[in-house]
Amino acid sequence: MSGEVKGMNDQPLIELRDVTKVYPLKSGDVVALDKVSLSIQGGDFVAIMGPSGSGKSTLLNQLGCLDRPTSGDLLIAGRNTREMDDHELTGLRLNTIGYIFQKFNLIPLLSAYENVEYPYLMKHRKEDDTGHISSLLAMMGIDRSLAAHKPPELSGGQQQRVAIARALVNDPQILLCDEPTGNLDSVTGGQIMEMIDTLNKQGRTVLMVTHDPTIAECAKRTIVIRDGRIT
Amino acid sequence: MKGKDIIFRLAVRSIRLHFLRSTLAVLGIVIGVVAIATMGMMGANMTLSVTEQLSEMGNILVVKESGGGGGGGMPGPGGGGGSGSDEDYIPEDQFRDIERIASKYGTVYALYSESDTIEVGDETRRASIYGLDESVIPDILTLTDGAYPKSTSSVIIGPSLAERLDLTLGSKIDIGDSDEGPTTTVRVVGIIEERGMSMDLNTDSAIIGSEKLFTGIYGGEGEYGQVNIVLDDINDAETVSTEITDQLNKKEEQVTVQDSSRMLESITETLGTMTTFVMAIAGISLLVAAVSIFNVMMMSVTERIREIGILRSIGTQKNEVRKMFIYESAILGGLGAVIGAVASLTIGWVVVLAMVGSTEYFLAPASVMYVPFAMAIGFVTCVLSGVYPAWSASNLDPIEALRAE
Ligand SMILES: Nc1ncnc2c1ncn2[C@@H]1O[C@H](COP(=O)(O)OP(=O)(O)O)[C@@H](O)[C@H]1O
Ligand SMILES: [Mg+2]
Repeated sequence: MSGEVKGMNDQPLIELRDVTKVYPLKSGDVVALDKVSLSIQGGDFVAIMGPSGSGKSTLLNQLGCLDRPTSGDLLIAGRNTREMDDHELTGLRLNTIGYIFQKFNLIPLLSAYENVEYPYLMKHRKEDDTGHISSLLAMMGIDRSLAAHKPPELSGGQQQRVAIARALVNDPQILLCDEPTGNLDSVTGGQIMEMIDTLNKQGRTVLMVTHDPTIAECAKRTIVIRDGRIT
Repeated sequence: MKGKDIIFRLAVRSIRLHFLRSTLAVLGIVIGVVAIATMGMMGANMTLSVTEQLSEMGNILVVKESGGGGGGGMPGPGGGGGSGSDEDYIPEDQFRDIERIASKYGTVYALYSESDTIEVGDETRRASIYGLDESVIPDILTLTDGAYPKSTSSVIIGPSLAERLDLTLGSKIDIGDSDEGPTTTVRVVGIIEERGMSMDLNTDSAIIGSEKLFTGIYGGEGEYGQVNIVLDDINDAETVSTEITDQLNKKEEQVTVQDSSRMLESITETLGTMTTFVMAIAGISLLVAAVSIFNVMMMSVTERIREIGILRSIGTQKNEVRKMFIYESAILGGLGAVIGAVASLTIGWVVVLAMVGSTEYFLAPASVMYVPFAMAIGFVTCVLSGVYPAWSASNLDPIEALRAE
């Protein structure tokens, strides 16, 4: 696996120590995360639940290195992200973390194939001549002709499949899913959940935000957040 | 589109997606490039054609009485008023000195000149009247028609004057104003070939007669307006000029020698200043274009905030985001520069033809170099206008950007 961060044996892959995130607003500071401590072992499947506005996305953004804690430390494979600069954190997002969003977040200017190709090109700086991207898309049930379409021409389920293929293209160790089935009907959502489950069984560490308890059942472990605190 | 630079691909697609907006931005750059290139080429063509005209007569030295003179109140020691510098003509003895010095280098002749009223039929005008030694006229002037003047009542005239007053061989001209006194009637016996602008003798609208005719009307025998030297070899200009000033200005400033190279220098300099000024004005149009590119780029950034957030969240480095927008402005600038160059060559050609009257030098390096010059300025301006938008795009907070709708 390329882009793998080797964790030492009994060391957690991800560790949060008293992570606090405050959004300073004119109307007053919003404490979205309040001293959250959490450790996640490699290969785990964690469902993050909680009411709307409780800080689930904020937590996931911290884990995805999209943001830095206001205070506290985030360690990934033993390395404190506080000591990494933007360039390194971006590299982590490219190589080690796969992000799946509720709103799919595909690039509208690129075809489905190119959306998956994008992180590949960013990492390898050359075109894929191994058929890796095509087989990944095929695995997600996106055939060649569908892959030539731009995202707005695809259904929600198809877009999310492309988004998963994109998240997987650089073989990340960690998969972060922010309500991946939130915009899908229950049948399509079920299919997506099966895929995510398979990916976990293949050894990837999965963290998934959801407020659907039946979906959370797929996970090995569920944590609940309320008002920025783990309960 | 193949190619591994997907960032470039994104830039191209963004431009294509906003085709009209991009086209207008490119148009701005095109106008700026055309304005600068055209003005530059116009200036260069003017300079080149003036240079050619002037260097054609680069072999001519003009000796004139030194204006203002250093002679204070003191007359020369010999009391020779004739050699003092308080007159505004070149006296006979000085002319002889000049002739002695310069005749071995070419033709030396003195010139009487006056501007006066002339009457032809019932038309009244002013014209330059020159008096020249009859024997040198054939050496310096070529006729298209008729013969050289042989008597004090015959003259030759320039082609412009002939055309304007409908004068032909045999026509009569009255020199002087009949309201103020007696006039002198002369007959046209020859028409001079067109000579254009010159510093020794502007004959195109002048009347040329013998010295006797001239002094007969205006008096002042031996008091020449100027002495012209037509050199056989242009390289002697410096030598002759130095010898004359050394010998004639020994005691006090008597004469000045003008040679056309110095005049050429000052005209070229003036034209150069003018060209720079006009190009600076043309540059303003490029400034306007820069503002429009800046605007387009800012719009592009604002519209794509969410996309930037996505790109950042899946591992795009800041500098890649920056590159995407710089590519976008560089593509616009490149298109503008190339189209502008093609347009400059056509529009510039028309403008040069209209303003300079000839496209003889249009493709000369000194002229055509303004095309790549303007292209470079247009391109660089465009890229620079994209720097701030690109920088602000790359510094967006990924989370804020992702939340944008
Ligand atoms: N970028 C932001 N700026 C200001 N406040 C924010 C921002 N993101 C989230 N918040 C606030 O932080 C709290 C937690 O938000 P979020 O993590 O998105 O909740 P969830 O995903 O659990 O619905 C909410 O009160 C939300 O309004
Ligand atoms: Mg959320």
